[in-house]
Amino acid sequence: MTHYVIRNVAPYGEERCDLLLRDGLIAEIGKPFSLDGEQAVEIDASTLLALPGLVDLHTHLREPGREDAETIRSGTRAAALGGFTSVFAMANTTPVQDTAGVVEQVARIGQEAGWVDVHPVGAVSVGLEGKQLAELGAMAQSAAQVRVFSDDGKCVDDPVLMRRALEYVKAFDGVVAQHAQEPRLTQESQMNEGVVSAEIGLAGWPAVAEESIIARDVLLAEHVGSRVHVLHVSTAGSVEIVRWAKSRGIAVTAEVTPHHLSLTDEEARSYNPIFKVNPPLRTQADVDAVRAGLADGTIDVVGTDHAPHPVEDKECEWAAAAFGMTGLETALPIVHSTMVLSGLMSWRDVARVMSQVPAHIARIDSGPYAQGRPLAVGEPANVVLYDPHGTVTVDAKTQATMSANSPFDGHVLPGRVVATFLRGRATVLDGVPQDRQVSGTTAVAGGVS
Amino acid sequence: MKHLLSTRDLSLEQAVTILDTTARMAATQEREMKKLPTLRGRTVVNLFFEDSTRTRISFETAAKRLSADVINFSAKGSSVSKGESLKDTALTLKAMGADAVVVRHHASGAANFLAQPGLVDVPVINAGDGTHQHPTQALLDAFTIRRHLADPLNPACGGPLPPFDSGLGTDLAGRRIAIVGDVLHSRVARSNVALLATLGAQVTLVAPPTLVPVGVETWPCEVSYDFTRTLRTWQPDAVMMLRVQRERMSASGGGFFPSPAEYSRQYGLDAQRLGLLPDHAIVLHPGPMNRGLEISAQAADSDRSVIVEQVGNGVAVRMAVLYLLLASDQVAGSSSTLS
Repeated sequence: MTHYVIRNVAPYGEERCDLLLRDGLIAEIGKPFSLDGEQAVEIDASTLLALPGLVDLHTHLREPGREDAETIRSGTRAAALGGFTSVFAMANTTPVQDTAGVVEQVARIGQEAGWVDVHPVGAVSVGLEGKQLAELGAMAQSAAQVRVFSDDGKCVDDPVLMRRALEYVKAFDGVVAQHAQEPRLTQESQMNEGVVSAEIGLAGWPAVAEESIIARDVLLAEHVGSRVHVLHVSTAGSVEIVRWAKSRGIAVTAEVTPHHLSLTDEEARSYNPIFKVNPPLRTQADVDAVRAGLADGTIDVVGTDHAPHPVEDKECEWAAAAFGMTGLETALPIVHSTMVLSGLMSWRDVARVMSQVPAHIARIDSGPYAQGRPLAVGEPANVVLYDPHGTVTVDAKTQATMSANSPFDGHVLPGRVVATFLRGRATVLDGVPQDRQVSGTTAVAGGVS
Repeated sequence: MKHLLSTRDLSLEQAVTILDTTARMAATQEREMKKLPTLRGRTVVNLFFEDSTRTRISFETAAKRLSADVINFSAKGSSVSKGESLKDTALTLKAMGADAVVVRHHASGAANFLAQPGLVDVPVINAGDGTHQHPTQALLDAFTIRRHLADPLNPACGGPLPPFDSGLGTDLAGRRIAIVGDVLHSRVARSNVALLATLGAQVTLVAPPTLVPVGVETWPCEVSYDFTRTLRTWQPDAVMMLRVQRERMSASGGGFFPSPAEYSRQYGLDAQRLGLLPDHAIVLHPGPMNRGLEISAQAADSDRSVIVEQVGNGVAVRMAVLYLLLASDQVAGSSSTLS
């Protein structure tokens, strides 16, 4: 295995030093050291900073079922380019990831692709239909070792089903990740309900549809003594409810997406469905609130909600378009611009919300395949090198994801991912994905049987 | 201006130009020979994804009176899921050589979609998109209001109609207009609020709170939940009744109002409320009316009612818009006022 010595890098954007990646581990960290005859690839990182490999709890890889939008291979390759070393593949595939068989298949294809660790999320309910608990235990005990369960894309709106799910996953220290959307309050809803929706005549999606579910779920979690994870918090009210719940000692964690940190419902005025997403883009006051919540720890993690769609599902009138945006390749620069350049967070905080805490929520932060570990000697060499001055203009069409529905197309981002290492192996170098030299079996994208 | 997508895009000068051009067009329609040669050889496509016989006929009549060829493209029921996408329809129309596209669609923003560069690349006229805009309806309403209210001493009731050029060159400064009914789902209301404000009128929306959109507070108008009080104390110069669709009653959550009878009692324009209007006030309705629901027969058929006249003015407004978008380059000066 190639060893890498990363010269003059700034771990967490702090004091510069050298890093040696050897045999899948961070072997040395310190003052400039000589290699004493060891064979290693040297990387001049004097303009770069190092972060632990990023962990995304919220990725839609679309395979099986929608390989026209993304495959596990293409999506995880995009993830590596975004600095990720682990992604959680949401369950709303076709077939749904609601059985041990499907989650094992996704995990296996992900492993064969080799770009990042792929952890399938298990569906909470059979077929995401919100009626019957899926076989959560079987998925937990499968080779995929599922710990995160979600009907994401749909809300577990039945309070009894939610209660049962919260209780049931305690048996294997799982967590239910809720897509908080009261369905009756959001029938036909197209965008945030407010000044802009009133004016442009798109059916409104009230903040209360999200907040009421979060309020209910934190109370349920308190009642049954379970932990609950709230996906893509998008409103100021949601932040307040999560803050209140944490102050009560409720085991709630929460996520925000890069697009909810950066974009508002003003974008809908263009009627360009690239900006159509679930939950919808909200107001500037909401953006300010989720940023403040992320900075003060009320919101625990950034998740991309990477949601690729083929062109024809976005090149149409707003109401007919699909919900969702891609995000894996822009997540870190967006967090950089919204949270670091704004002075709200340090790079160490970024490592916390994009690596350490997501790994801990999903219980993948121990063992030989641990993620979200600190940059320290003896830890798995999951490392991302980032150039915080490497401005880049997003071109959605040339991204690694198969889909082009990036809301940041044409935006100038403040930095770029230069290299990603997964347990000491470079998946990205100089911003270029490094295809693995495979022997024997190769991963077959779209190989659904 | 290349397209007519929303009344919000119109400046005061542009709006007055359209109204004045409408007056000129309307005058030509008094003649025995109604047809003008202006758009001879041009093709106007009426692209209708929603049933609307009256709007389609109005646009068709307007285009034909200007000697344009008219193609009616009815794509009802067409959607991405079952049929041709709006994009492909647009590209088809472009390939067929349409010179203007009049579009009615159930999705808000559909006209904006067609107007983006690279699709039809000819003037797009929004004939109603979802719950967003219906600009020619607002323009014909404004034209009708201006014609009648230019001289406030001229009572609406009885007597001959004011001449078409009544109010020529003027706006609606100071006029009070109440818009009553289902504002939430109404593109007519959105179009009128923006246009009437641009023209300097004061607008009050009257509706049950369930039919007023969240976010209305930034609109250039007042909101009232009490129709009778608004009539009595505010004394509007014109009352515009909106169509209330009966299915609003059976919508999710038990409907937007309890029953047609209750709606009618609270927000219908009945004989008693009609009697509260000042002498010169007029009554408008975009049609089709639900007699007995939002408007009583007495109100619809009263001397104050300009509802039938609105239909005729609709043809003149659409002639004016087609003329200004397609032929203004033939008329010195006009291109600058609508560009």
